[in-house]
Amino acid sequence: MRVLIPSPLRSYTGGRSWAEADGGTLGEVLDDLDRRFPGIRFRMIDEQENMRRHIRFFVNGAQSFDLAQPLQPADELCIVQALSGG
Amino acid sequence: MVRTAKSTALPAARAKPSTRKVGPRRAVLLVATRKGAWLLHGDASRRTWRIDGPHFLGHVIHHLVLDPRDGRTLLAAAKTGHLGPTVFRSTDLGRTWEEAVRPPAFARRADGSGRAVDHTFWLTPSTAAEPGVWYAGTSPQGLFRSDDGGASWAPFSTINDDAQYLEWFGTAQDGTPDGPKLHSIIVDPRDPKHLYFGMSGGGVHESTDGGATFRTLIDGLEVVEGFDAKTPTFHDPHCIRICPSDPDRLYQQNHCGIYRIDRPSNTWLRIGRKMPKRVGDIGFNMVVHPRDADAAWVLPMDGRSVWPRTSPDGKPAVYGTRNGGKTWQRLDAGLPREQAWWTVKRQAMCADAGDPVGLYFGTTAGELWASRDEGGKWACIARGLPEIYAVEAGYVG
Repeated sequence: MRVLIPSPLRSYTGGRSWAEADGGTLGEVLDDLDRRFPGIRFRMIDEQENMRRHIRFFVNGAQSFDLAQPLQPADELCIVQALSGG
Repeated sequence: MVRTAKSTALPAARAKPSTRKVGPRRAVLLVATRKGAWLLHGDASRRTWRIDGPHFLGHVIHHLVLDPRDGRTLLAAAKTGHLGPTVFRSTDLGRTWEEAVRPPAFARRADGSGRAVDHTFWLTPSTAAEPGVWYAGTSPQGLFRSDDGGASWAPFSTINDDAQYLEWFGTAQDGTPDGPKLHSIIVDPRDPKHLYFGMSGGGVHESTDGGATFRTLIDGLEVVEGFDAKTPTFHDPHCIRICPSDPDRLYQQNHCGIYRIDRPSNTWLRIGRKMPKRVGDIGFNMVVHPRDADAAWVLPMDGRSVWPRTSPDGKPAVYGTRNGGKTWQRLDAGLPREQAWWTVKRQAMCADAGDPVGLYFGTTAGELWASRDEGGKWACIARGLPEIYAVEAGYVG
């Protein structure tokens, strides 16, 4: 599926704003993204499998807080940097 | 460009600073800030500095350290406002960087009680006897080790998940405003199995078995009035330094004063009592002389009433001792005389190995100050930087 990469993470994708990743759930898509771009997942998901405070995920425009949420190949995932200020 | 006048620094007790100029090695200053990192390359005399940066513009860099074992490997503890923490590594003095394959991270706990690293705060290389070994301290308090030059990190020792230590760590509200920290990781230059670290909060801890076990080292340290000094949670060491010329001596700037300990004693002595009463002995940083264990420096802050954390009365000054803290001398030549309300964080003051020793500090207002004569005269060598978190001095190998 297509994944929108926010600017703070484009150092992992060679500057590309869109990437491809596969998986049956949000967590699996992030796992695949990490296989393609090593290190990118830990910047978004901590070691206890919690989403980091200023990272948000939108599936087809709807926000998801659940790494187990099922996804379809035609879905579109947008990763967004939430406001952190300063 | 920096040009500092030759001047007399402190009256020496054991060892006078010689007038011999520093050798041909090139000093480099590593400046970590809230919004990136900079390197300042000095000439042989440390009169002029070439600034290189920003590196990682917009990233929060808590510590940037040059490996003294090879003079070219840099590690940077980084995060951004949005992204999780990581460590970057360069083996060409910052021309290129690679991210750690496995940054410091706590073990996962399936029951949801596990902790997550917010940021790596402190980096310490081990000794030449352990090439490639580094230690990292994190917020919240955690101790990590790398055996491959910073490429991959693993939890070190048992303290990260030890029930007693978890109690001593306290909660996020018990620590510094941006999270409790494990800092001041010290490797005894004579024996890499002899380790110290400090925690804000959580006290000072020592291991003599390579980190298999740690014990507290808090006797003699004071705590905030009304709390029990026997409880490590209430201790807040801000910065601990070991003397390279006498590793049995350590100095400490604590939330509650300036201390010295001479091992094998287990009791700290509050040497800050000899500081001028109007200035007090509260601050964050502690710097020791590379060759004279009687010499040390601090830059006090205002710790009165609501803890403004500014230079006292807006008149910043370094204070130095040449006799192990029996007496202190004010060293403010060249520093602002008034209306300078910045302060200097715990990692943001350091010494080089030159002769005479060069001293450096970076301020919360983004100014970098240097003295080529052990504090006798100060000059601002960079300004306009973001809030400075750490300053380290190294030598290009």
